[in-house]
Amino acid sequence: MIWNTILLSLRAIRRNVLRSFLTILGIVIGVAAVIVMVTIGNGATAQVTQQIASLGSNLLMVTPGKRMGPGMSSSSPLFKVEDAEAITRQIPSAVAVAPIVSKAMTAIYSNENWSTNVTGSDNQFFKMGNRVIKSGRSFSESEVRAGAASCVIGETVRKKLFGAQDPIGAKIRLQKISCEVIGLLESKGQSSMGQDQDDLVVIPLRTFQRRIAGNLDISIIGISVREGVATEQVKADVERLMRERRHIAANKDDDFNVMDMKEIANMLSSTTRVLTALLGAVAAVSLLVGGIGIMNIMLVSVTERTREIGIRLAIGALEREVLLQFLVEAVVLSTLGGIIGVLLALAGSFWLAGALNVPFVFNAGIVVVALLFSVSVGLVFGYFPALKAARMDPIEALRYE
Amino acid sequence: MIREDLQTSQDQIKAPLIVFQGVRKVYGQGQAAMEALKGIDLSIREGEFVAIMGPSGSGKSTCMNILGCLDTPTSGLYSFKGIDVGLLARNQRALLRRHYLGFVFQGYNLLSRTSALENVEMPLIYRGTPAAERQTRAKNALDIVGLMGWETHTPGELSGGQQQRVAIARAIVTQPAVLLADEPTGNLDTARSKEIMEVLLSLNREMGITIIMVTHEADMAAYAARTIRFLDGLVASDHENGRAV
Repeated sequence: MIWNTILLSLRAIRRNVLRSFLTILGIVIGVAAVIVMVTIGNGATAQVTQQIASLGSNLLMVTPGKRMGPGMSSSSPLFKVEDAEAITRQIPSAVAVAPIVSKAMTAIYSNENWSTNVTGSDNQFFKMGNRVIKSGRSFSESEVRAGAASCVIGETVRKKLFGAQDPIGAKIRLQKISCEVIGLLESKGQSSMGQDQDDLVVIPLRTFQRRIAGNLDISIIGISVREGVATEQVKADVERLMRERRHIAANKDDDFNVMDMKEIANMLSSTTRVLTALLGAVAAVSLLVGGIGIMNIMLVSVTERTREIGIRLAIGALEREVLLQFLVEAVVLSTLGGIIGVLLALAGSFWLAGALNVPFVFNAGIVVVALLFSVSVGLVFGYFPALKAARMDPIEALRYE
Repeated sequence: MIREDLQTSQDQIKAPLIVFQGVRKVYGQGQAAMEALKGIDLSIREGEFVAIMGPSGSGKSTCMNILGCLDTPTSGLYSFKGIDVGLLARNQRALLRRHYLGFVFQGYNLLSRTSALENVEMPLIYRGTPAAERQTRAKNALDIVGLMGWETHTPGELSGGQQQRVAIARAIVTQPAVLLADEPTGNLDTARSKEIMEVLLSLNREMGITIIMVTHEADMAAYAARTIRFLDGLVASDHENGRAV
């Protein structure tokens, strides 16, 4: 019986292809929108998590200045290389401590030039940032100590300056210093904040201080915490040590800031998660609108087919058979819309993931939920029109013009 | 369930198929009440071909609705195969229609944009007949009304006479005990009307289907073996015809 009813409803749908298509368009768009939003949102979350992981979630960044919100800091004395050495000595959980100072500069090689970020540090910088030397080598002990004119470059800089040539051994010019390229870093792509992590030139700290900055200041100390040790604990230790070294009285606030990358990671991924939920909810509203569209068309269809209903009732269709027929018709319509929506969404989010450069994370759960939802939209919004059809008086219905 | 009840009454085959005793039908209530049937007594035996005539408002449509179990009498008894139809619920009457009645309407009432075959198959779907048997029987029914080869045509592609023949095929595909025809030739010219009447006559004679037909035209009524005239909600006359043709 149910199979016959589905057959009947398919016949009815086929009799009015264009209208059926327009009816389900709302559901198609609703389902597709929900799935695309959630898929892209999940992809973005996955990307953020993955990038933070590649950056090292066990990372602490010590910057001078009071914490005043993102990007702002009051002027405070900068660090010296001794501060970094003190952290290395006194905090055993800090596996890599990198003094960092950097400046935006133009790098020149033959007649190519590229504006990049020049960082002065040492080999600890690579260890801290999980950076791998792809070809060539890192700095030697003597180069670091003597402040040699040698540098390690990122993939973006190599591409811009050298193109197809091998950069190792070549000399690039940074302002007035000529610098030999000794190593090339493995590409790391964009950071979670959208920065290109391959657009950098690393030179020994001493070289930077002497020949570029002209002072002994350090703007950031990067600390990598030993795996399995709570970053909160190390953060507290670093804060205590720095207060001591900078002679801050007990009643004064810190004039430096220790950032825990894990906090930032959590903040970022929770932000994308909230955003995903929000977009999904907005898309769900369009599903509801699609449902109302189905009810509207089913009501029109019932009125338009009053005579048909009259014939069916006269021929001996039971009330519940007519109810079932129209209910099944609504459910078949909405389910069809759901299926088309899912297919559209999979294609669409695959394409969009590529365009937005986020990973395509297939979520079977949301597909099932969207399909179930479209079925229930048909049930809920199809019930009232179906009831109206079933309750008709066959005599009146047959007389209807 | 009804079917079984009816099976047991098969022994009373000699008893009239349809009995009206003092059937009254009143529409509306109180001051506005309108008495459409004012006490009808009649009986129709199996295999009869009855024409019902009468002017508009004489109660013949109301009578057909009650005969077709689409409506119930306000008072009086309507017995179909020994069953008091007035006692049946809406769904039980639907089952009665499904198993024993066939309807032919003035306006054909076919499903548009649906092939002749699918239209004829429809009553069998409600009976739960398997698809293969459904097709065979629908084709047979179309053959009986002379529409072999027109199975895939939709009503829009058929003439009025052909559409009415599809409607007749739909009514007889279930092999009903009674065929109720409400002005079956009302929309057709004389030649087509005669064709339809010939079809009905042969169904009556060859298949033994009881036919009750409402008509305005004496020519058409002449095909029936018996004519009942209604006037102001009462039976004015009821007599056997000398068959024309």
